[in-house]
Amino acid sequence: MKLDVNGAVREVEADPDMPLLWVLRDLLGLPGTKFGCGAAQCGACTVHLDGRPVRACVTPVATVGDRKVTTIEGLSPDGGHVVQRAWAEADVVQCGYCQSGQIMTAVALLEKKPDPSDADIDAAMAGNICRCGTYPRVREAIHLAARLKRGGA
Amino acid sequence: MSLSRRGFLQGSAASLAIAFYVPTAAKALPRLGPPAPPPNAFLRIGADDSVTVVLAHSEMGQGIWTGLAMLIAEELECDWAKVRCEHAPAAPVYGHPMMGMQMTGGSSTTNGEFQRYRMVGAVARDMLVRAAAARWKTKPKKCVVAKGVVTAGKQRATFGELAEAAMKLTPATDLTLKAPAAWKLIGTPVRRLDTPEKITGRAQFGIDVQFPGLRTAVVLRPPAFGATLKSFDGAAALKIAGVEQVVATAAGVAVVAAHFWAAKLGRDALVAEWTPPADGGADSAALMARFRDQSRSPGAVVVDGGGVDAALSAGVHEAVYEVPYLAHAPMEPLNCTVKLDGDRCEIWTGTQFQTGDQLAAAKVLGTTIDKITIHTPFLGGGFGRRANPASDFVVEAVQVAKAAGVPVKVVWTRDDDLRGGYYRPAYVHRVRAAVDAAGAPVAWDHVVVGQSIMAGTFLEAFMGPGGVDGSSVEGIADSPYLDGLAAKRVTLHSPRTAIPVLWWRSVGNTHTAFAMECMLDELAHAAKVDPLAYRMRLLAKHPRHAHALATAADKAGWATPPPAGRARGLAVHESFGSIVAEVAEVSVEGGRIRVHAVTAAVDCGTAVNPLGIEAQIQSCVAYGLSAALYGALTITGGAVQESNFHDYPVVRMPDMPTVAVHLIASDAPMGGIGEPATAPIAPAVANAVFALTKQRLRALPLRLGVA
Repeated sequence: MKLDVNGAVREVEADPDMPLLWVLRDLLGLPGTKFGCGAAQCGACTVHLDGRPVRACVTPVATVGDRKVTTIEGLSPDGGHVVQRAWAEADVVQCGYCQSGQIMTAVALLEKKPDPSDADIDAAMAGNICRCGTYPRVREAIHLAARLKRGGA
Repeated sequence: MSLSRRGFLQGSAASLAIAFYVPTAAKALPRLGPPAPPPNAFLRIGADDSVTVVLAHSEMGQGIWTGLAMLIAEELECDWAKVRCEHAPAAPVYGHPMMGMQMTGGSSTTNGEFQRYRMVGAVARDMLVRAAAARWKTKPKKCVVAKGVVTAGKQRATFGELAEAAMKLTPATDLTLKAPAAWKLIGTPVRRLDTPEKITGRAQFGIDVQFPGLRTAVVLRPPAFGATLKSFDGAAALKIAGVEQVVATAAGVAVVAAHFWAAKLGRDALVAEWTPPADGGADSAALMARFRDQSRSPGAVVVDGGGVDAALSAGVHEAVYEVPYLAHAPMEPLNCTVKLDGDRCEIWTGTQFQTGDQLAAAKVLGTTIDKITIHTPFLGGGFGRRANPASDFVVEAVQVAKAAGVPVKVVWTRDDDLRGGYYRPAYVHRVRAAVDAAGAPVAWDHVVVGQSIMAGTFLEAFMGPGGVDGSSVEGIADSPYLDGLAAKRVTLHSPRTAIPVLWWRSVGNTHTAFAMECMLDELAHAAKVDPLAYRMRLLAKHPRHAHALATAADKAGWATPPPAGRARGLAVHESFGSIVAEVAEVSVEGGRIRVHAVTAAVDCGTAVNPLGIEAQIQSCVAYGLSAALYGALTITGGAVQESNFHDYPVVRMPDMPTVAVHLIASDAPMGGIGEPATAPIAPAVANAVFALTKQRLRALPLRLGVA
């Protein structure tokens, strides 16, 4: 089957039930998307399908169809996406393992709500676990990214 | 890990020689992999002026990837923008300065390396200066160093230009480190150096290791602690596309496949028969009942000042505190990659304990540790789980690689990770106190019951008299509240069960602080004294504790009433050489405890990176709050019932309180920072819940009774 991943169409030979996560990680060499729970419980595997966040660990690859897959590797060539810049500015990461998923979820939130409230952030980010507890700085970075997107500092 | 104070296996004073790296002189590059790396490699300076700091410890979120580099850079006077880090290979030279072995734990990296890493920077700077002076035929003292450039009058050279010549000089042994007043970097907020790779998905964790020929294995492990494999049939598994082999390990069965998904499906298809544990298997509820019974009689004596029973004969306040078994649940499930090549073994794994893993792998293979190479990628969380004296996830992966005859990456699923053992042990504390007319303790009897972490491991040799595992009772006998109290008795029962246990972020403090700080709160309320005032009176001779507590209380607005429907509770606890006080502001919404705000005051002595310290306090609060509100493993028939984050919940974004961190200027000896803020949060929340509801919750996780 063909998959449109980060702007390139890739040919994949996989069992139709194989989760997109493992197709990305083990067949396409894109390990930035992480395995955390395998059950849509933790959000570490969050990628975008046509810009909407999904849990790749429970998304059978056959259901992707011609929707465009965006992973953390495809977000920007160099870490320059406004959300990534905000993440760096707010010094968010700790162990870093969940951060691909956090960032992909935050990007999708900001696309839908350019100026999210704390309640919006709670609702959107509740599915992304961070055992290091970077939540306060994730929140700060999302607010910062919203400001950066508006052109403020 | 809590070994720092005992300082096991006192290491030989590690040499401080420096290996410079110049790309043209490839021989100087400490190559990962065989042959064994050159021993003296904490720092490399490239011809391109890059400064590479080699970390003897593992970055698992705690920020040493930045903090240790700051120590070298402070003395080196390099350009911070040119600094990068990498993990050291496993080698004796990277042994912990206080513990000998190469490991990361006990909140001891920054304080343990404070001398060595600064000295590396100083020695290197001196060599660069002497190289410059020789080139310019001047005296070293005429040279000035700033931002990676050496100048003398009109002469100017960068570190990169001087590195090759400097490398040939003999390192000085008589250098003096900067006085704190001269520090430019230490003590300032510095952003992390590992951010670029961690926000782009480029950071390599153990689970990301990939190379041609590598297979993935998923292992079927015993369904209960104490169960053993009777027989298995891999025929169905082998029919799954991508599955290549089914092999037995010491305890289970591994499915080796082309990729994870095939291996996982293969394991699902395995047919295995197990012999159940002979005694029916461990049962957490029954164990807690047994521990509770045991707590009625004294155990092995930790301290006994005498006169306790007499003093307790009249008017006793008694309370029993309980905490359950807990999994660490790091975000990156355990995994380990092993490649065997002749008599050599190459391992890639996120580990906190390289030396222990080398020893364990060597034992499996019947070889010596110099044949075991360990590459340490980033750790997707550690919290103690990746520092196992039993090296369980490494031993198993070596067994699989050996049996399969191909390089394998063993990947644990989340339920493997939650059910695979090595938990924070469950504990029961029975505390009895008698008080004077003012309500202050005059006698204290404290019985602790719970499994020893050290017992049964090679660390058993370091246990105290009477088989006392110090990590079971840390923070009780040495509590500042009981300082000077003669009628003080602390005893310990260390029952053995089939449940494997291990240190879990802040180790014994996770339960001792809960018992001590809740009991103090109970006594304060019984005496009708404000909980802050009550503690301050007892801490009169402990100014650091008192100052931390007063600071947290002041910043939290203790003197003013909280918003309607909320209450505050507090706790202060010393661990790993640092003192942390926390005030929690809580409400109860729909029968659920909600923590809105935490105010923390921290005295960790010299603060290297305040920005990193703030992150660690927030991190500890989140980790401790998961245990306070949610964490509990249920074990029946020897089997853990919880399997994933739906039934082993942890704090998520909506649960996370604001965490205000107040760093106390302190000239005390440097303490640790990766763990000490974990322990105070549960008692602070429990004490706040009491203030709000008058329900005294004495068991974790905190569960409100039906009103």
